[in-house]
Amino acid sequence: MTRVVPTLPRLTLGPVQYHWPRERLEAFYAEVAAGPAEVVYLGESVCSKRRALRLDDWLAFGEQLAEAGKEVVLSSLALIEAESELKALRRLCANGKFRVEANDIGAVRLLAEQGVPFVAGPAVNIYNQHTLALLAHKGLSRWVMPFELSRSTLAEILADAPEGVETEVTVYGRIPLAWSARCFTARHHNLPKDACDEVCERYPDGLLVRTREEEPFLAFNGIQTQSAQTYALAGEIADMAGLGVDLVRIYPQAEGTDAVLATFAGLRDGQLAADAAQVALEQRMPVGPCRGYWYGEPGIAADTKVVS
Amino acid sequence: MDLVCPAGNLPALKGAVDHGANAVYMGFRDDTNARSFPGLNFSEGNARDGIRYAHDKGTRVYVAINTYPQPGGFARWQAAVDHAAELGVDALIIADMAVLDYAMRAHPDLPRHLSVQGSASNYEAIRFYHEEFGVRRVVLPRVLSLSQVARVIDQVPVEVEVFGFGGLCVMVEGRCTLSSYATGQSPNSCGVCSPASAVRWTETEQGLESRLGELLIDRYGKGEHAGYPTICKGRYAVGDATYYAIEEPSSLNTLELLPELQAMGVRAIKIEGRQRSPAYVRQVAKVWREALDAVAHDPDGFTLRAEWLAALGKVAEGAQTTLGAYHRPWQ
Repeated sequence: MTRVVPTLPRLTLGPVQYHWPRERLEAFYAEVAAGPAEVVYLGESVCSKRRALRLDDWLAFGEQLAEAGKEVVLSSLALIEAESELKALRRLCANGKFRVEANDIGAVRLLAEQGVPFVAGPAVNIYNQHTLALLAHKGLSRWVMPFELSRSTLAEILADAPEGVETEVTVYGRIPLAWSARCFTARHHNLPKDACDEVCERYPDGLLVRTREEEPFLAFNGIQTQSAQTYALAGEIADMAGLGVDLVRIYPQAEGTDAVLATFAGLRDGQLAADAAQVALEQRMPVGPCRGYWYGEPGIAADTKVVS
Repeated sequence: MDLVCPAGNLPALKGAVDHGANAVYMGFRDDTNARSFPGLNFSEGNARDGIRYAHDKGTRVYVAINTYPQPGGFARWQAAVDHAAELGVDALIIADMAVLDYAMRAHPDLPRHLSVQGSASNYEAIRFYHEEFGVRRVVLPRVLSLSQVARVIDQVPVEVEVFGFGGLCVMVEGRCTLSSYATGQSPNSCGVCSPASAVRWTETEQGLESRLGELLIDRYGKGEHAGYPTICKGRYAVGDATYYAIEEPSSLNTLELLPELQAMGVRAIKIEGRQRSPAYVRQVAKVWREALDAVAHDPDGFTLRAEWLAALGKVAEGAQTTLGAYHRPWQ
């Protein structure tokens, strides 16, 4: 019997989670256009009070990236409460050009209503193959696995996954752990949320939260709380391909995203060994690594047994 | 407005029924519900007794099956749905789409409520659950302001239930994995937040320390009230400051908002606390029954009674209560 060699996963770049000024984003996406990411997710997915860029600005980035040969997807806001946010969501879903990553069930409804294929982001709770099939029936064409799910759960889901649905797994980035009506960055500065001065712009990788023993634990990114540690699965990519993972996601960080992408490209193309890749990645992290979720352990765990 | 009270066990259920709950909500003894704590919840026999007790006194019974099954465990969630239907409960409170879909097909006449763990924070999301799974009621996450709640009620064809009192999730429910980041177990995956099995208390020279796994959540000096080490209620160092970086320990109490909640058409008020004692349930049910009767009778003349606040103050978590997200400046 011939063994089917799995296709290597494509590299995707998740949306920028942080509040970066326009100039920084322009420089960043110019670099991305020339880099190895094949799919690029764009847009403000965390806070509607960040007004540096409008939908038209994101669409302009999208055009540039599409010209450079990238597949472009627009990411929607994860926590939608206000009518103004729903209005912005309707405009995003009706952009007519690029696929949308739904990060909330409200977005799923709007996209299903239009009958357009959509991506379900990691903030959509897909914990089993039945939910995946229900959403596929509504137009889901790709899903990004929720962070807290493990390899063994993914294997079970993919053993029974609906036809024609692509699977994306995050392999690098600080983990979005929670969203709130409250802004913890503004709270740190004693600012009310509705007069926040967009103070989160001062923290291009989030604001580090340490325990009282100085151990890095979380990072505040406005209304989003992230892990301080950076999720990194380098040696696991070959295994993912075997499971049927189609795409692997890297989240942007303030410095060195190009090097991180290059490391994953080298790993994927067999030019870089897993150990060397892991070392290279750890040099780029704001604090340090974690990878427990993939192994069914506490997410913060870094010292896990590699399963094959 | 209906009063929906927590029933973590049979004595709590009876206390809620006896003190004026219109409905009680309960869970089975496994990870199919979001309060999967040791010693809590209902065995088959207790569930039958409790349901009979409630129904004899005209109180409805809801069963929470509101965690997210992973493939290996899906049959357990199906069994929980079937079991609740067979027991003759009045509604199921569900979060996962696949469980909603199963309940709709297997027991179409048994009402389905979307759990707060379903994380539907806007009316488009709620409409989706109504259209796809025939959800009759939605429990709103504790992240919406009063005007946002009113807007939702105007825009959805389902009943709206809101939290009125009890422990407060500052993060939007159903999408918080702080607990599994530290311990491997979360409300979504295992029905627990900051599980007791991961909690460690240590007396040290610097004070009493609470940990989840290895992580220090807080440290208390002499005379400081030590709270349960829920991650969002710990003290951390951010920049040069060490403080309750996410949320001060406090309880939600919306008693003073009852006239507004009634006027905007809220269908039911939910009391948090299946993990709390029967005494808590009795006390809170009694106060909220009186308050709901008062506001139904005379909304314009509704005033807070000192004895209500005193009674609730005795059972509140932490020293203070808050209006939470209902109160605009909190956001």
